[in-house]
Amino acid sequence: MSRMELTDIIKEENLVLKKSALLTDNVMHYCPGCTHGVVHKLIAEVIEELGIQEQTIGISPVGCSVFAYNYIDIDWAEAAHGRAPALATAIRRLHPEKYVFTYQGDGDLASIGCAEIMHACNRGENIVVIFINNAIYGMTGGQMAPTTLLGQVTATTPYGRDAKLNGFPMKITELLAQLDGTCYVTRQTADTPAAVRKTKNAIKKAFQNTRLDKGVSFVEVVGTCNSGWKMTPVDANKWMHEHMFEKYPLGDIKDI
Amino acid sequence: MAEVKLMKGNEVIAETAIRCGCDGYFGYPITPQSEVMETLMLRKPWEETGMVVVQAESEVAAINMVYGGASCGKKVMTSSSSPGISLKQEGITYLAGAELPCLVVDVMRGGPGLGTIQPSQSDYFQATKGGGHGDYHLIVLAPASVQEMSDFVALGFELAFKYRNPAMVLADGVIGQMMEKVVLPDYTPRWTEEEIEKISGSWALTGKKKNREHHVITSLELEAHRQEVFNEKLQRKYREIEANEVRYEAINCEDADYIFVAYGSCARICQKSIQLARQEGIKVGLLRPITLYPFPTQPISDLCSKVKGFMSVEMSAGQMVEDVRLAVNGRVKVDFYGRMGGVVPTPEEIVDALKNKFSI
Repeated sequence: MSRMELTDIIKEENLVLKKSALLTDNVMHYCPGCTHGVVHKLIAEVIEELGIQEQTIGISPVGCSVFAYNYIDIDWAEAAHGRAPALATAIRRLHPEKYVFTYQGDGDLASIGCAEIMHACNRGENIVVIFINNAIYGMTGGQMAPTTLLGQVTATTPYGRDAKLNGFPMKITELLAQLDGTCYVTRQTADTPAAVRKTKNAIKKAFQNTRLDKGVSFVEVVGTCNSGWKMTPVDANKWMHEHMFEKYPLGDIKDI
Repeated sequence: MAEVKLMKGNEVIAETAIRCGCDGYFGYPITPQSEVMETLMLRKPWEETGMVVVQAESEVAAINMVYGGASCGKKVMTSSSSPGISLKQEGITYLAGAELPCLVVDVMRGGPGLGTIQPSQSDYFQATKGGGHGDYHLIVLAPASVQEMSDFVALGFELAFKYRNPAMVLADGVIGQMMEKVVLPDYTPRWTEEEIEKISGSWALTGKKKNREHHVITSLELEAHRQEVFNEKLQRKYREIEANEVRYEAINCEDADYIFVAYGSCARICQKSIQLARQEGIKVGLLRPITLYPFPTQPISDLCSKVKGFMSVEMSAGQMVEDVRLAVNGRVKVDFYGRMGGVVPTPEEIVDALKNKFSI
């Protein structure tokens, strides 16, 4: 038997994972262990698989994912903090043939952009919203977000989030599901291969939904911010399982 | 055929927007300019030209809808009045920073704060000196008639796209609310996707094509030296606008000893003041800035050798007068007369003020 060479292994039929052609070669600025990179990859794969690169316009937020436009090779607009759904509203109405999505974190979407997301959902704009909930402001250095859990220590809740002082963790996704303008509202995560696959399916369904003119498709991804949480990536995943899913249970909240 | 109608200034903004091929209007109700969106909703332009009209949840959302539409190279606009324009400043500075063409109409009312719903010109600084954060300028057009409310919608879009810069129509509540004869323009079709590709194809979000790099609309550049280079580019653009786009009207200036400088409804009132003053043998003229930015600095400077003084007449505590002083640069006397809080000056009191201040 002849010796197996590397070139015998690197063949199309042996390929188990390939970087999406829509993911650029730019080095991601995300911390090791961050969920953003995984979700970026899924969005790129979905757009590639649906063959809609030329029809897709993304809106990046303010926050860690402000530079999302450096990583996915589509046309992008970068919005002011919280305003992405307003941009998306206009772009989709002016371009009904396009696939328009926003990519927003918890500070962007649930705090400063609360009015914009509420009303875009209430108007039933035919857009996709990808909502990354890691219960903290990552970019500014780990301050409290609306979704920060009670007792959670952040830079602005150094003694833990206290309901009397800081109010309660906000279940914005459940609130949005109440609005008649949303058609698909789901909460997923991305910590295991199975969870990543489920999230990808949810994102794909959300993009396909926009063709049906049924309203907003909203995909929350509960993620980790191990740098902000001051944990190792492994501990962050463990903490997410032990604490986040109790307040933010996974699964479809609305699908009509 | 051009159509002649008797219309309100605010209604004309809406009507002309439809006629000049506007793609989208995004607004939020506020007195004294609510007729703009009301007229559009009544006219249903989406059935006629395909123009999109959205009542947003706030002025903040409305200007960001404009940002979204402008990102696609579309002709988009919003309108509001002073407190609403304050709310829009975040979006306006982002539009300027991302070099996006669009039209913002401000029908000024008295301030500060909630102020009053009566007409005012107290947002001159806000409109011409930035308003939001950062070193930027809007192209600011000041209509003095219902006809100019119509003309400047088209001109505003033209200049906005020529320079990739937001343009503002800065009217006051009088011009927005009064009715006058207006010659409406003929219909210009909305731009096709091919036309947008030709006009804004190098930057607009039209969907990433195989044969080009992806387009990104952003005002973000974290590297200080690159941000400085971008700012220098913006400043070159503003110098170009200042060199090419100054517009003004000079009335009775040839033989004048004194010059009123006034814009908007104050310019209209000053025309009556000129008549009254000339009946008394006081030779007064009017320099009416049509573009507030770029400001007609040179025409004012050129008059300095011929006149004894300038009086800026405004419905404010004295804002434009600062630009008049800079243009005159101490060569002759510059004074100011204004009313505030929504009070409109009479022609007589302006003449009295001139006589008092210049000891005539």
